[in-house]
Amino acid sequence: MRNIWIICRKELGSYFVSPVAYILLTMFGLIFGYFFWNALAAFLVESIQMQMRGQSFPMNLNEWIIRPLLANVSVVNLFFVPLITMRLFAEEKRNGTIELLATSPIRDGEIIFGKWLAALLLYVCLLLFTAANFAFLFRYGNPDWKPLLVGYLGLLLQAGALLAIGTFISTTTKNQIIAGAVTFGVCLLLFVFGWVSGYDTSTWAQVLSYLSIATHSESFYRGVIDSKDAIYYVTVIFLGLFFTARSMESLRWRS
Amino acid sequence: MIKVKDLTKRYARTIAVDHISFEVDKGQIVGFLGPNGAGKTTTMRILTCFLPPSSGTATVAGFDVLEQPMEVKKRIGYLPETPPLYLEMETGDYLRFVGKLKGLSGADLDKRIDYVTGRCSVADVKNKLLGKLSKGYRQRVGLAQAIIHNPDVLVLDEPTAGLDPKQINETRDLIKDLAGDHTIILSTHILPEVEQTCEQVIIINKGKLVATDSVRNLQARARGAESVVLEVAGRKAAVEPSMVQRKLEQISGVSRVVCKQQLDGRAQFEVESQKGFIRGDLARAVVDSGWDLNELRPSAMSLEEVFLQLTGSELKPIEAEPVKEPV
Ligand SMILES: Nc1ncnc2c1ncn2[C@@H]1O[C@H](COP(=O)(O)OP(=O)(O)OP(=O)(O)O)[C@@H](O)[C@H]1O
Ligand SMILES: [Mg+2]
Repeated sequence: MRNIWIICRKELGSYFVSPVAYILLTMFGLIFGYFFWNALAAFLVESIQMQMRGQSFPMNLNEWIIRPLLANVSVVNLFFVPLITMRLFAEEKRNGTIELLATSPIRDGEIIFGKWLAALLLYVCLLLFTAANFAFLFRYGNPDWKPLLVGYLGLLLQAGALLAIGTFISTTTKNQIIAGAVTFGVCLLLFVFGWVSGYDTSTWAQVLSYLSIATHSESFYRGVIDSKDAIYYVTVIFLGLFFTARSMESLRWRS
Repeated sequence: MIKVKDLTKRYARTIAVDHISFEVDKGQIVGFLGPNGAGKTTTMRILTCFLPPSSGTATVAGFDVLEQPMEVKKRIGYLPETPPLYLEMETGDYLRFVGKLKGLSGADLDKRIDYVTGRCSVADVKNKLLGKLSKGYRQRVGLAQAIIHNPDVLVLDEPTAGLDPKQINETRDLIKDLAGDHTIILSTHILPEVEQTCEQVIIINKGKLVATDSVRNLQARARGAESVVLEVAGRKAAVEPSMVQRKLEQISGVSRVVCKQQLDGRAQFEVESQKGFIRGDLARAVVDSGWDLNELRPSAMSLEEVFLQLTGSELKPIEAEPVKEPV
C-alpha cells in the first residue's frame, strides 16, 4: 500500500512539474467549456422557440444539457487518455529508470497500480476543473445533481478502463509516440465497436457491441447506475492491469 | 556473499553469459573485468534480479535471485551503466524517492540522505534538477542512490565512467571505504582501477570466464612462473653481461635469463624460474662472484598485459582456482 502511494506520488509529481498536466487541464477545460456553452445555447434557442409557438417546454436541464455533454466528453477521452498514459512505462524504459524500479524491493503490481492510479487522479483533476461550468448551471437553473454525479462516475469509470489499456500498451515499447498512437487506435476501435448494433442484429454484432467501451456509459449519463455496466468497466480495468503485469514479466524473460 | 554457478544468459541470437561460476566473500571488493560486450552488464543485471538467468543459479546473501527476489533486492544497491535518474526531479527529491522505494522513512531517511549527499559530494546540487547536472554529477547521484539504504551488497556497473581524475580518486577511496561492511562488485575496463581498488578480479571475455583470482596471483600466473628483475654492477670494472648471464643460468631452478639493458657498467636482467623462491640464491651468486647487487625485485607484469594476454585470441583460458569458501 505504501509502495503504491510512493509510485503514485512520483508520477503525479512528474505530471505537474512538467507543463504536461497544465496543458492537458487547459485543453480539456477549453473543449469541455465549448461543448457546455454550445449545449446551453442550443437549449436556450429551443426553449424560446417552443415558448413562441406556445408549447410548454420540458425544462429538464439534465436531459437537455448534461446528458449530451457527457456523451461528447467521452469522445474527448479518446484523445486525452493516450496523452496521459503514453509516458508511463515507455519513458522509464527509454531513460533506464525501469532498472531502478525493477531492482527495488517493490512488487510489479505495486508499480503498475501506482502508475495507473496517478493517471486516474490526473483525470479526476481534469474533471474537477470542468465543474466550474456546472456552478453556472446550478446558479441560474435547477438541475438535479444526482444524475450529474452519476454521469461523472461513468466518465471516470470509462476513463479508468481506457487508462488501464493505455498503461498496458505503454509497457510494450520504449517509444512514447508509438505508445500514444497505438493506444489511441485501440481506444477508438473499442469505442466504435458499438456502432455495429445500429445496422446488424446478429450475435456477432451483439458481442462487439457489448465489448464496446461506449455502450456501457449511456446508462450512467442518464443518471442510472447499472451494475452490469459498472462490472464491465471494472473488468476492463482489471484485465488491462493484469496484462500490464504479464507484459512486464515477459519483457524480462525475453530481453 | 555472492555465489554464481553455471550462470548462462541467452538472448535471441547471442549467448551473453556462458556458464560462469564464481564466488565473492563478505567484505570483498571484486573487479569485473572484460572488453566491450563481454557480458559484464548482463551478469550484473542477473545478480540484481533485473533479468532472470536462462540457466544456472545465482544467490546473494544466501537468497536465490529467482526464488526470493525480494530478499535479494532488499540487500543490493545497484548502479546501472546509465544512472537511473528522473531528469525532471531535483537531486534531494530523487534521493528521497529512492530511499522510500528501498523502505526507508522518517528520521532514518533524512539521516541517510544527508550522509550520502556528503559522501558522494552532491550536497551542492541538492536543489538542482537532475536533467541539468553534468555527466559526472549524474554518476555521483547514481552512486548516492545505490548506497542510500546501506545495502550489504553493492553492484556498480562502471562507477567511475565520466568522472574527472580527482573525482575518480575520491570514488575509489569511497568504494574502498565501503568495503568491509559491504561486499562490492564493480565492472570496469580501466585496469589501474582494478589494481588499485580490488582484491579479487574476475575476467570474462565473450561471455566466458577467463580467470578469477587475486590481482597479485593473476600477474604471476599470466607469466606462468615467478620472475624477478635484478641489476648487477661491477665492483671496479664494468660487468660483462654474458658472464653474469652464464653464472645466473647455472643456479638450479632458473629457467631463463634475459639481459634487458646495459648502462654505465650496470646490467639489468630478467630471470624466470620454475621453483618457488630463488631470490636468495640469485643474490648470493651475484655477490659471491664479486659483483654488486644494485636491485632485486619481483617483476610485476602490469595487469594490462595480463588482461590482454588472457583475453587474447591465441591464449587458452587459464584453469580457474577455487576461491576461498565464503562465510
Ligand atoms: N537486450 C539485449 N538483447 C540482445 N542482446 C543483448 C542485449 N543486451 C546485451 N546483449 C548482448 O549481450 C552481450 C553482452 O552484453 P553486455 O552488455 O553484458 O556486455 P558488457 O560486458 O557490459 O559490455 P560493455 O563493456 O560494452 O558495457 C553483447 O554481445 C550484447 O550484444
Ligand atoms: Mg556494460
